[in-house]
Amino acid sequence: MKITLSVNGEGRSLDVDPRTSLLDALRDHLDLTGSKKGCDHGQCGACTALVNGRRINSCLTLAVMHEGDEITTIEGLGEPGALSPLQKAFVRHDGYQCGYCTPGQIVSAKGMIAEFSNGWPSHVSEDLEAVPDFSEAEIKERMSGNLCRCSAYPGICAAIRDAAPDEGLGEREAAE
Amino acid sequence: MTEQLKMDEVQPRLLDETGQGAITRPMDRPEGALKVSGRATYAAEYKAANMAYGVMVRAAITRGSYTVDEASVKDMEGFLGVWTDHMIRNSAQGTMNTNPVQPGLNIQYFGQPIAVVAAETFEQARHIAHALRIDYTSEEGFEVDPETASQVDESVPVDQGDLDRAMADAAFTVDATYTTKPHNSAPMEPHASLAEWDGERLTLHGSYQMLKYNRNELADSLGMDAANVRILSPYVGGGFGSKLGIAPEAIGAAVAAKALKRPVRCVLARQQVFQMVVRRTETRQRLRLAADADGRLTGVGHDNWQSNLPDEQFAEPVTAATHFLYGGENRRNAQSVARLNRMASGSVRAPGEAVGMLALENAMDELAEATGIDPIELRIRNIPEIHPESGKQYSSRSLAQCLKEGAEAFGWQDRQAPKARREGEWFVGMGVASAARTNILMESKARVTLNPDGTALVETDMTDIGTGTYAILCQIAAEMLGLDPSKVTVMLGDTDLPPASGSGGSWGAASSGSSVFLGAKAIRARLAERLGCAPEALRLQDGVATGGNNRRPLAELMDGPLVEEGHIQPGSKSDEMAQASYGAHFAEVAVNSVTGEVRVRRTLSCMAAGRILNEKTAASQVHGGMVWGIGSALHEGVEHDHRTGHVVNDDLAEYHIPVHLDAPRHDVLFIEERDDHANPVQAKGIGELGISGAGAAVTNAIYNACGVRVRDYPATPDKIFPHL
Repeated sequence: MKITLSVNGEGRSLDVDPRTSLLDALRDHLDLTGSKKGCDHGQCGACTALVNGRRINSCLTLAVMHEGDEITTIEGLGEPGALSPLQKAFVRHDGYQCGYCTPGQIVSAKGMIAEFSNGWPSHVSEDLEAVPDFSEAEIKERMSGNLCRCSAYPGICAAIRDAAPDEGLGEREAAE
Repeated sequence: MTEQLKMDEVQPRLLDETGQGAITRPMDRPEGALKVSGRATYAAEYKAANMAYGVMVRAAITRGSYTVDEASVKDMEGFLGVWTDHMIRNSAQGTMNTNPVQPGLNIQYFGQPIAVVAAETFEQARHIAHALRIDYTSEEGFEVDPETASQVDESVPVDQGDLDRAMADAAFTVDATYTTKPHNSAPMEPHASLAEWDGERLTLHGSYQMLKYNRNELADSLGMDAANVRILSPYVGGGFGSKLGIAPEAIGAAVAAKALKRPVRCVLARQQVFQMVVRRTETRQRLRLAADADGRLTGVGHDNWQSNLPDEQFAEPVTAATHFLYGGENRRNAQSVARLNRMASGSVRAPGEAVGMLALENAMDELAEATGIDPIELRIRNIPEIHPESGKQYSSRSLAQCLKEGAEAFGWQDRQAPKARREGEWFVGMGVASAARTNILMESKARVTLNPDGTALVETDMTDIGTGTYAILCQIAAEMLGLDPSKVTVMLGDTDLPPASGSGGSWGAASSGSSVFLGAKAIRARLAERLGCAPEALRLQDGVATGGNNRRPLAELMDGPLVEEGHIQPGSKSDEMAQASYGAHFAEVAVNSVTGEVRVRRTLSCMAAGRILNEKTAASQVHGGMVWGIGSALHEGVEHDHRTGHVVNDDLAEYHIPVHLDAPRHDVLFIEERDDHANPVQAKGIGELGISGAGAAVTNAIYNACGVRVRDYPATPDKIFPHL
């Protein structure tokens, strides 16, 4: 089936099997292998991409469901020599080891900061109505869908806290 | 030229004299920008022209024989073929260097790889693999229960003095049995291979830890000459033992690619990683400790029961640390390996210590309580003068210092009696455990090139599985050659490069690091000669050589690149001295008085592993070890079906590895240490030290919090709340 996606700001037309996941479309059809396949079942978060600004597990959705959608992958956030604040902070805080879950962690963090800024509560929020505190517990709860078997969790959290102000923390979207 | 060193003598501490300041400092990983931008390429991310997709097929019976019915799928869209040739039963064991068991058309466990299918696209191949009809002939009489197995290999590796007598005469004893469930390495990157043939030559992009062995294992499995095999693994998405040996997807990709005369990529599904690679065995461990009135050990017994497939040589070295950590003249270890029709057991991070120290360090906690001696004082009191079994001297061993300094930093003095500290619904307590991991040096080679423009290149087939190899080899070369680390490029993961130790057994950094050290040392000797000074008098810093009364930039000393190979080999020092890394883990936990839920609040590890090559990557290794310890203490356990032996919880939703919210604050302290007997860089392994004992600190803290002693791992709430 022929579809057109907007990937990292660029229109991309491709012809995919209806069974092709968005993740496999990115990796195998568009050669954007930064999004990783860790489980292919939405259990590890390594494939996290932003679809119209919201983070999703790209292995759990079919490419043909995204005609016209705006997809942002790790490649769209920055590149060597022009890394985003989050990417730089992950390097500085050693928020990775093997690096395989890393793109998913970073894209997820980007989406999480936006959710946070728009006042979305989480399971650990004390008050569902109040603006939540950007605390360690909130970050960890909201990032718990991104597994890291190397267990670079301390560095990942430190990197997110460090970079969040430069990644738009606190900037509410105009309309939900 | 090659600079060779067999580690027979203590070597000078050259890295303390060089003065560039590159070594030890917490440098960012040089490959970091590639990893965080998604540009680091893992095995499944290479593409070849006209590539086909392979998918492995697994056995759905426990024992018997099979044939594949090609006709059942040959008309499906995209079908290219199905093959059963050369299938390996499970991954090769670490450093095996030969083919794993190849059972032909026989099945020995549920989940065994039995065929590979290939198709034009991944979706087609996956569909065909599911649709493929397999004709099975089942055989009865298979066994999947370790407690009733008919074939059990028994051995008594240590029987010294009279343990029964020591137990009978002791002032205090502990005699307790602990059990652990099987574990899965679960690296985030599933095993993946892209096979390309050029005539008789095979190139494999794979995800492997030990390339020089993997090359021989692959060649042997395919019945070909290893000289015709090249494996590339520049980036490996985690290994933890599961990628030590050649795995089923490499064989599948190579077989299909050869038949089709086109490249084939084959990636294991997550469920297949859980079912057909290797697991860590379950264990049952009986610990017997005998102590005198002062808490000094007079006897240590550590017997273990585990399981594996028939014909696997590997057995979990459960008592690895028990042999040397504490004294006591009467000692006994017995081991029983039940032969079962369940997936193979093999190495998972810190084979031996990871589960053996759970039991040993729990038993020490039980002894501390029985004697009324503080757990830290009890451990320090039992540090032996010499190895209690072999009589050897120890190399550097800062265990007492780790326990003391860790306790101070953690606030151990605030620890109270069990159940004494309560915060609302929560009991709060602290636990401690020693850490110990045997240190090993392995043969390793590297080529080092220094260019007149002040840049350098390090080349070796060593791998970086997240451990920090790119960083530490860069730092060693930079330190030795007097260069800023940004001037050094490290090339890894290609069997065309000099063969290294590989990543495993915590020996990678020190072994491959020593080879780089030696190569760079040979270059220093040549520079000294050109400068007209003795090698000891040479000083290299920021691209300038100083020695004798001369001072010249490298460019003036060199008319072309200087290329030297370093070659380290283990020597008599490995046999003469008892070598290990040591440490102490601390945990504070809260246990819910109603539900039995455990939350780990904060943790600390104080580690001593010789020279620390990079404080940042070393700390990350220890973070990982602690979180793995928490996983083994609280969450992880493979469940085998009681009827068929198959792995029931074969994915990341059902096999629970720790997530962000499970990972508490973790402080890491390093003790300044050099191990002169270990290798010429005086460093020891740290990758597995972090998990060794870590889980026991958590379960000891659970006891201190709520008074419930969980001896059946993992310590899930159902094992706690009925006893509150």
